[in-house]
Amino acid sequence: MENQTALEVHNLTASYQRKPVLWEIDFKVPSGHLIGILGPNGSGKTTLLRNIMNLMEADSGYVKIFGKDLDEVRSRLSYVPQRESVDWNFPASVREVVEMGRYRPGNLLRRLKSSDKQKVKAALEKVGMLAYADRQISELSGGQQQRVFIARSLAQEADIYLMDEPFVGVDAATEEAILSLLSGLRDEGKTVLIVHHDLQSAYQYFDWMILLNTRLIAAGPKEEVFNSTYLREAYGGKLNLLSKLGEIIAREQFPLREPDFKEKEGSGDE
Amino acid sequence: MEAIFIIATGALVAMTCALLGSFLLLRKMAMLGDAISHAVLPGIVLAFMISGSRDNFSMLIGASLAGLLVTLLIELLHKKIHLQEDASIGISFTWLFAIGVILISAYTEQVDLDQDCVLYGEIAYVPFDLIYFSGGELFFPRATIISGLLFLLTLGFVLVAYKGLKITSFNSDYAKSLGISTLAWHLVFMSMVSITTVLSFEIVGAILIVALLVVPPATAYLLTKRLKQMLLLALIFALLSAIGGYYLAVLLDASIAGAMVSLAGFFFLLALIFSRLRSRSLKVDAYLNE
Ligand SMILES: Nc1ncnc2c1ncn2[C@@H]1O[C@H](COP(=O)(O)OP(=O)(O)OP(=O)(O)O)[C@@H](O)[C@H]1O
Ligand SMILES: [Mg+2]
Repeated sequence: MENQTALEVHNLTASYQRKPVLWEIDFKVPSGHLIGILGPNGSGKTTLLRNIMNLMEADSGYVKIFGKDLDEVRSRLSYVPQRESVDWNFPASVREVVEMGRYRPGNLLRRLKSSDKQKVKAALEKVGMLAYADRQISELSGGQQQRVFIARSLAQEADIYLMDEPFVGVDAATEEAILSLLSGLRDEGKTVLIVHHDLQSAYQYFDWMILLNTRLIAAGPKEEVFNSTYLREAYGGKLNLLSKLGEIIAREQFPLREPDFKEKEGSGDE
Repeated sequence: MEAIFIIATGALVAMTCALLGSFLLLRKMAMLGDAISHAVLPGIVLAFMISGSRDNFSMLIGASLAGLLVTLLIELLHKKIHLQEDASIGISFTWLFAIGVILISAYTEQVDLDQDCVLYGEIAYVPFDLIYFSGGELFFPRATIISGLLFLLTLGFVLVAYKGLKITSFNSDYAKSLGISTLAWHLVFMSMVSITTVLSFEIVGAILIVALLVVPPATAYLLTKRLKQMLLLALIFALLSAIGGYYLAVLLDASIAGAMVSLAGFFFLLALIFSRLRSRSLKVDAYLNE
């Protein structure tokens, strides 16, 4: 089922106080990819994720997940909000926050099962935060906070992950570790969508891209999307980086492409 | 015996407020307690006028409805009309409170509710309104029984709803993404705050409920970064304020509720100084260790 459509956004228009922030966005994402959502500040990336998660009401259009409405498949979806969207002085430990990944409407009034606690522990271990499990979240660095959010999302054991800027405030080593974790998910057949800021690294990180600036500029495999025409359209004249893009692409494309890329085809065993 | 009843009643009200106030604080809605405690006034007056009695269950209903009304009004102004949250709160409750005051003053002939009592309450009268059990051998003040039941209800609520309160307070968007109805949780929680406010109204008065909702939780928040400890500390500060406040009032021949809140404020000051000193000494330690 490699090429099943994981996510379909159909003619979505959304606005804040009548000012449209997303305009007739329309695309489909096949499952089993690591997808970058790119666009300048204020281009509507966060708003797109919020609409997919039904956290705000769209003006028109709809979103389907595995061909179904969100409420029917909610447990297959995991959302990682922007780190700054919460108060990190909230009195809670790392473990307590990651445990929230196992909360469901149906188990809120009950204790977590030991299998849930086990999944929490495994998620903490994956992001290298198990040693900090009993630490208070107010005592973490920015990068550690980010890892807590990712662990919480992993604990959900979803099939689609929507992450809003998971690499902001993270050091290079952690970024690499998180990326290989997410690539691992992709290789298991999961779909990972990541709002990302850094164009330079985007081309290496993702195999699919969604380029946004209120309107959808382009969505597709990175080779089709990552070219100067589309990037100029998204970022406007601002981008003196554009001249460098040629170099980035050239550097990436001519050395042999990772050979395991094509061979992975059969491995999505879920 | 009278002293014990007064202290017990004050402590039970203060501890109930401490539990709910802790979550109000964490939800950054401390002002909403203020809003509700004022907005229930027209509900109480209207219910009183309709039913003609002070003891009536309808008063509780009227006030709870007014509490919910102000919560919804604030949500509406903030989320739909996009007014700032503090402005939404300010407008909603002052408006409802004003209606309440007009109702009281306009019908003051018929209505035996006086404004001072509504604002400041009268905990000193608690021991005079007794309810007798088992043929008159056993008796408790009505207010003590009510505040005891209220405390048990609130404690039970917080214990059962702990996870839901925690996740909706910390990260409500994430809670929504899990399919949790944050609006329902908000309304249930605010109903608890309304009910508490209404039932505590006569005992400590509107203004002092606000203080009890905010001050002991804020004191606890300064001292710990663990939620369970914070709730426990808030309960302890509430209890100490009630006991100490009573004796302070007797000593100074002052208002009991006022003394309780003054003492709560004093604890807050101590906690502030303590947390400042502690963070400074941590910094010095870190410096010396380098
Ligand atoms: N709560 C809000 N109320 C009003 N306008 C908003 C709100 N949130 C976002 N906007 C506006 O909507 C537009 C898109 O915002 P959004 O947060 O989706 O952008 P973004 O692509 O995530 O930006 P960034 O890269 O800075 O995170 C911006 O112009 C912003 O000013
Ligand atoms: Mg954003």
